[in-house]
Amino acid sequence: MTTQETQEQTPVAPAVGVNGPVSISLPTDIREETSERTSEEEMIALETKSLDMYYGDHKALEDINMRLAAKKIIAIIGPSGCGKSTLLRVFNRMNELIPGARIEGQVLFNGQDLYDPSVDATEVRFRVGMVFQKPNPFPKSIYDNVAFGARINGYKGDMDELVERSLIGAGLWEEVKDRLKTNAQDLSGGQQQRLCIARAIAVEPEVILMDEPCSALDPAATLKIEDLMQEIVSDYTILIVTHNMQQAARVSDYSAFMSTEGGGKPGKLIEFGPKDEIFTNPKDQRTQDYITGRFG
Amino acid sequence: MALTTIGAAAGMGANLSSRKLQGRLFLTLAIIATAIGIVVLATLLVDVSNDGFPRLSWEFITSYPSRFAERAGILSALMGTVWVMALTALFSFPLGVGTALYLEHYAPKNRFTDIIQTNIANLAGVPSIVYGILGLTVFVRWFALDRSVLAGALTMTLLILPITIIASREAIRAVPNSLVTAAYGLGATKWQVMQTTILPYAFPGILTGTILSMSRAIGETAPLIIMGALTFIAFVPGSDGFWHGPLDPFTVLPIQIFNWASRPQTAFLETAAAGIVVLLIVLLAMNSLAIFLRNKYQKRVQDA
Repeated sequence: MTTQETQEQTPVAPAVGVNGPVSISLPTDIREETSERTSEEEMIALETKSLDMYYGDHKALEDINMRLAAKKIIAIIGPSGCGKSTLLRVFNRMNELIPGARIEGQVLFNGQDLYDPSVDATEVRFRVGMVFQKPNPFPKSIYDNVAFGARINGYKGDMDELVERSLIGAGLWEEVKDRLKTNAQDLSGGQQQRLCIARAIAVEPEVILMDEPCSALDPAATLKIEDLMQEIVSDYTILIVTHNMQQAARVSDYSAFMSTEGGGKPGKLIEFGPKDEIFTNPKDQRTQDYITGRFG
Repeated sequence: MALTTIGAAAGMGANLSSRKLQGRLFLTLAIIATAIGIVVLATLLVDVSNDGFPRLSWEFITSYPSRFAERAGILSALMGTVWVMALTALFSFPLGVGTALYLEHYAPKNRFTDIIQTNIANLAGVPSIVYGILGLTVFVRWFALDRSVLAGALTMTLLILPITIIASREAIRAVPNSLVTAAYGLGATKWQVMQTTILPYAFPGILTGTILSMSRAIGETAPLIIMGALTFIAFVPGSDGFWHGPLDPFTVLPIQIFNWASRPQTAFLETAAAGIVVLLIVLLAMNSLAIFLRNKYQKRVQDA
């Protein structure tokens, strides 16, 4: 991909690669280390190269190399404390809200370094949306929740149309169209989570990160979210962290298994590949143990 | 009984009746403690009302002080209190909220901010008379504001600022983190997160804290006496033109009450009681306003 193309496709950081050197030095043989599983003809939305992540002196992630195909659902599974959520938050620079958090290595978004000094974390979060573990609508009206991201972004278009389109996109429109002005916290948990998805897609990101989005929901609401993910994946790259292996097996195109050697040790990517491979024919014994329930 | 035998078989359940007795004993003590506070307060209110209500009239509120107890009114003190409190609110609200926001969300976590935070807590415990001396030196003398409403309000601002900051910080800290991360996750800048999420949801708490700290200031006498607020004033601040009001001399309710109460004539004691009733009504009105505003603005925020 030429620099010119990159600039047109990603409004995140027009200056990256043109403006000054990248501050992080990289080993030259890095390409050999990246996962070869993602077929080459697919567009790569996100890529990490020798990613280490620290909270102060504590190393939370070690040597993560993965290439995430665009417009696919990628599930990250693994035992508690293995750094799944930390990895997820690397992709929208959410970890930076915690003092002392930093990374080494590279995180590329459409080929551009997300952590280049010229890239503003705020812009990254416009392009890489996030849905959280617990539904967290603002205590405002349904309408204002969906319009929030567009408003802070100075959106000049038709707000009513955007809100309707986003709610339709999140499969919530029919349920709420007559009460857009009511408080979003009057919705059920499942509806709230779909509202959070509508809120995320209203700013038209390319990637949506989902951090255990169904862990607070009942099975019926979970199923709705999963169906919704299948529907919107044609427009977005979805990265989901889940504790629920059945969910990962049901919804994902690719699965990543992460683990750690023990409490306090950094999380590592053990295996990453098409979900059928991970769930039916894992190459690593640790993956095998985890998905068969012998560990974790 | 069957249950106690099960416990008894395991060597437990002994002394059950004496343990229950301990519980009842503690309950009785707690009720007595509460009753003492309520009885004292009720006695005070009844006593003051008995003395004060006969003197309380529209005339009392709209008259200036007089050396004749039956003609003495509270207008200048009441208006002085209103002026000082209004200016104090105007100064302490932005300063308090700004400081709280900075300390909670902007200040780096280092030794210096630790020292600042500890000292704010310490300042809240400094006796009010010390603030009076400070106000006298800084505002009355250095700034040459003389014994004006402005100097009084600035002194009161210093007095309640630590309380306002602490209350605002508590309110800001109580904003659910999930909402803050949601706003950041949608690409809000730090200031947008403050503006759209943190300030609106902390607002009821900040408001309540500010009004309650004002309630403390309204009863303060010592710093204003030190500063030299007058005890006999026969005009209202701002009577020479509203914008000149802040520079006019003034008196406030507690000083006027103190002045009346310290006179030998019994008639003035009744006047003082009537003044206390007025002060209590203003105080209750302010606290009610705090509760009303809190309930009005309190958004239902889930425990996220």
